[in-house]
Amino acid sequence: MTTEITAANVYDLAAADLVQGDRVAGRMYTDPEIFEQEMTRIFEHTWIWVAHESELPKPGSFKSTYVGRQPVIVSRDRKGAIHTLVNRCRHRGASLCEKRTGEANGFTCPYHAWSYSLDGKLRGIPYPEGYEGVLDKSELSLKRLRTESYGGMVFATLDEDIEPLEEFLGDVKVWIDRFMKQGGGYPVKVLGTHQFTFGGNWKIQLENTTDGYHFPIVHRSWMASVDAETADMMSFMTDPEAITHDLGNGHSVMQMVPEHSDLDADDGTEKLQDRFDGLIADLRAAGLSDSAIRKVVLAMHGTGFNLNLFPNVSMSAAFFRVLRPISVDKTVIEHVAIGPDGPDEVVGPVNRARLRVHEHFQGPFGFGTPDDAEGWDRVQRGAQGAPEMPILVNRGAAREKPSPEGWPTSHVTDETGMRAAYAQWKQMMSDD
Amino acid sequence: MTETLPDTRTDTAATSLTDPRVLRGIELAWREADLLDRKEYVAWNALYAEDGHYVIPIDPTTTDFDNTLNMVYDDARMRAMRVTRMTEGYALAAVDSATTTRTVSRFVPVEVSDAEVVLRASQVLVAFKRGRHDLWAGDVEYRIRLGATPAEDLIVLKVVRLVDSQAAVPAAGFLL
Ligand code: FES
Ligand SMILES: [Fe+2]
Repeated sequence: MTTEITAANVYDLAAADLVQGDRVAGRMYTDPEIFEQEMTRIFEHTWIWVAHESELPKPGSFKSTYVGRQPVIVSRDRKGAIHTLVNRCRHRGASLCEKRTGEANGFTCPYHAWSYSLDGKLRGIPYPEGYEGVLDKSELSLKRLRTESYGGMVFATLDEDIEPLEEFLGDVKVWIDRFMKQGGGYPVKVLGTHQFTFGGNWKIQLENTTDGYHFPIVHRSWMASVDAETADMMSFMTDPEAITHDLGNGHSVMQMVPEHSDLDADDGTEKLQDRFDGLIADLRAAGLSDSAIRKVVLAMHGTGFNLNLFPNVSMSAAFFRVLRPISVDKTVIEHVAIGPDGPDEVVGPVNRARLRVHEHFQGPFGFGTPDDAEGWDRVQRGAQGAPEMPILVNRGAAREKPSPEGWPTSHVTDETGMRAAYAQWKQMMSDD
Repeated sequence: MTETLPDTRTDTAATSLTDPRVLRGIELAWREADLLDRKEYVAWNALYAEDGHYVIPIDPTTTDFDNTLNMVYDDARMRAMRVTRMTEGYALAAVDSATTTRTVSRFVPVEVSDAEVVLRASQVLVAFKRGRHDLWAGDVEYRIRLGATPAEDLIVLKVVRLVDSQAAVPAAGFLL
């Protein structure tokens, strides 16, 4: 049973009532109380992406990041296992690590020098005499989160009782497998990370990754700057083959360039883009076969789909997009550039070219990101007006049909992905 | 281009700021700042040598811009496209970009010859948009090729190292 949103009731409705299938209340972006509920009900009770395995290449590698608003350290121990530890000393609560990435033997608190091993166990306390009879070291490990990974993507959760990661990912797994094929036969590794902020709610970004409708409008300046072949590849607006699937659990995938959805399915007829001629010559000089060259060059712009995982990571083109909610109207986004990990003579030229592709669109001064951010900023500003008027996510609702796999499917410009995410949001924000 | 500058951070400047070659470098840096504040991007691009680079790295210590991810790493082709983007009227962020004012100062001559001047400086840029002031602060390195006359001096390399380059910055509709 849903109540219609009106000016009189919009501020009284329970959070879950603010999502009504194909329309949602703007209050979801502006109400600090809803934000607080989201941080506990969603960000502390589902799988949150924390790292790619390549960011923790060896024993002792660590990365500091967040689960919701809680600071965590993701570390790899001596045996190779990955841990997610709350970045908070068990003594008086100081943060243990303020470096974004690095290598360590363990973590020593700078305040009174309690020291912890890579898996979070309390190892040493200076001047231990005062603790005789009052403290058992084995009970004072760092708080450790359940941590599981799939396809190199590492997720953590504060909830001991939720389903295993693979169950949560479900039908997403096949898409992760496909996404990682952009290594061109090599594993995928992180090349670098752009970080930027925008003055808006995290869900505005969550909506964006499978929003094909905005692309030619917002990204007109990027389209004008790339060569005709790339622009042609991105002209999916009227292509009936370009579709979006609801994959369940809030996840969705938007196939803009369906012929690049499975990079292994190359029949050899697609012409490699002229702009990569120099790269192709480098790879040929490095001794790569023509078919191996095709593999890496076809993947220069990544795969032809955007995969949106509820609630905080998406896999798009040649990068991961990670969102971190700061407050109801402030969000940090990371764009994590990826490329193949292999012998230097191959990955050197490939990754140099991929870094340039990434800088061109995804950076805070790129040809895409500032325009997206401006759009998102405006949604936040506009959503303050006429709170009784819903935000519409109904595009294509009438033409949505199940795919052969059973995934609700519509055109790439339709709002199937947003409806999927908000159905999950509604379920997690409900009292029952 | 991955030119390595000698680390002169601890050196005291050997050359006076009043050296006419240094003054030409400073004037060019200030002319560039003025053009950027006025969003005169076509004139701005003309200050760069054809082989010049405009760089905003993320890693504040790197000089290997080729092999690292940068916020901006523009050669002539990218700068030309950038000018189009900033002026054509299709880019949402550029059409409605912040008003900026920048102060470039604390110049230190690093290398001076009759052919080239390398300067270090500090830049503070205040950007105002929709009720908010954003602060962009950083060190700038200029490598300037001296021409036959001051009007022919060209920027070969400009590197802006932001104090917060490794943190989350706002997405910007202007250049630094
Ligand atoms: S707060 Fe960490 S040792 Fe005291
Ligand atoms: Fe976009």
